[in-house]
Amino acid sequence: MMLSTVTVLVAFIFQGCFAKVDLPALPYDYKALEPIISSKTLEFHHDKHHAKYVATTNSMITEDSGLSDAPLEEIMKQSYGKNAGLYNNAAQAWNHAFYWNCMKKKGGGKPTKQKKLMSLIKTSFGSFDAFLEEFSNAANTAFGSGWAWLVFDSETGQLMVTKTIGAENPMNVNPNWAPLLTCDVWEHAYYLDYQNLRPTYTESFLSKLVNWDFVAANLETASAKSSTQEVGSEL
Amino acid sequence: MSTGCKLIINSALRAATHVNSSKLRPDLAKSSAAFLSSAPSGGKHTLPDLAYDYNALEPIISAETMELHHSKHHNTYVTNLNVALEKLDSAVSAGDVSSIISLQGALKFNGGGHLNHTLFWENLAPSSSSELSVGPLKGLIAECFGGFDAMKEQMSASSIAVQGSGWGWLGYNKKTGRIEVATCANQDPLEATTGLVPLFGVDVWEHAYYVDYRNVRPNYVNAIWDLINWDAVEKRLADAQK
Repeated sequence: MMLSTVTVLVAFIFQGCFAKVDLPALPYDYKALEPIISSKTLEFHHDKHHAKYVATTNSMITEDSGLSDAPLEEIMKQSYGKNAGLYNNAAQAWNHAFYWNCMKKKGGGKPTKQKKLMSLIKTSFGSFDAFLEEFSNAANTAFGSGWAWLVFDSETGQLMVTKTIGAENPMNVNPNWAPLLTCDVWEHAYYLDYQNLRPTYTESFLSKLVNWDFVAANLETASAKSSTQEVGSEL
Repeated sequence: MSTGCKLIINSALRAATHVNSSKLRPDLAKSSAAFLSSAPSGGKHTLPDLAYDYNALEPIISAETMELHHSKHHNTYVTNLNVALEKLDSAVSAGDVSSIISLQGALKFNGGGHLNHTLFWENLAPSSSSELSVGPLKGLIAECFGGFDAMKEQMSASSIAVQGSGWGWLGYNKKTGRIEVATCANQDPLEATTGLVPLFGVDVWEHAYYVDYRNVRPNYVNAIWDLINWDAVEKRLADAQK
């Protein structure tokens, strides 16, 4: 009797250890993005909002043997359009982890060092300023809670700006789209610091926070993936 | 142009075009027709005053939230609604169907935002200033939900569960004569979206509670019941049942 109880306990703990989506630590400390984003906001945003999405995702997948060991992107793919509750939490877990990396202390400005990215921005949008305008517009006109994205379209080889509502991630909207940069425009992302002035938050995000190294690295991964797929289809 | 002024001009213009229509220059006839047929935008919408001070709903909703919510958020919806309606007038006058359609998003968002918030301020009142007494509303709640507590539980749960931004509503169904709990996303207005007549709403956009409750929406939703203006809700039901 006791042995089986112990076994069950061990199995439970074992499963708990492995059937898990992680809450990644912030890539910087809470004060790093001040004064653009306050430490109070980062603390709430990461330790409460992001943490809750992770915890809820984990509690929803422990029952499902198919998903309990799956990586987050697989959980999103499986639940998109089928299990709104699971998708909303899993995608938000992904989106937030991605968002933290999109920002850094003394970021923003132009990606002049990231030549391939800058060149692709120019060919896709006409100019860097045109990209800024389109991205700002997407961020500022999301009618509610949502995200603004810069994505790489593997079909055209070009970059695009898109916006999504709620938890939606562009890679689930269109499998050819790979996210390169995102800005969270749920009110909790900026309310303590900017109240209703979302455009000021968006402008500050773009001019002072964007981590262009991360964006360039995402482009590298996305374009490498797309060229191997092309090669594969020619064989 | 003021409504009165437009009335005078419209009548004169109609008279002139009727009498002289065949003699009017084609370009003048065309622009008169456009002017006369332009959908009246109903004048400019304005931010309604609150029936109470910003601090009247404390400590459940702080004065800081009320001021931000009313003078900034609601005010922005009103301003942007007026802008969208002006653009609509131009598009209708020009017969530009594509532009008319492209304005629908802004109209729904800002028009809905204005409608929803106007209803919201009216269905709130200082704590314990009104109560749900025996009457048609209480009776209907008992009939449709089994009791007040059951209705409160369902409405709270639905409002808390809204994904992202939206509203929780208690609505009156004119076809069935019953009341129902419903939720709408973003600023989608209840009646235009579902056909239900709004009795009272709870704003669950983060801006409604973030200053006071941070991410803990359930605390805000549970607390707001103390602020419901039951007199206003009773009146809305009576009006809807006419």
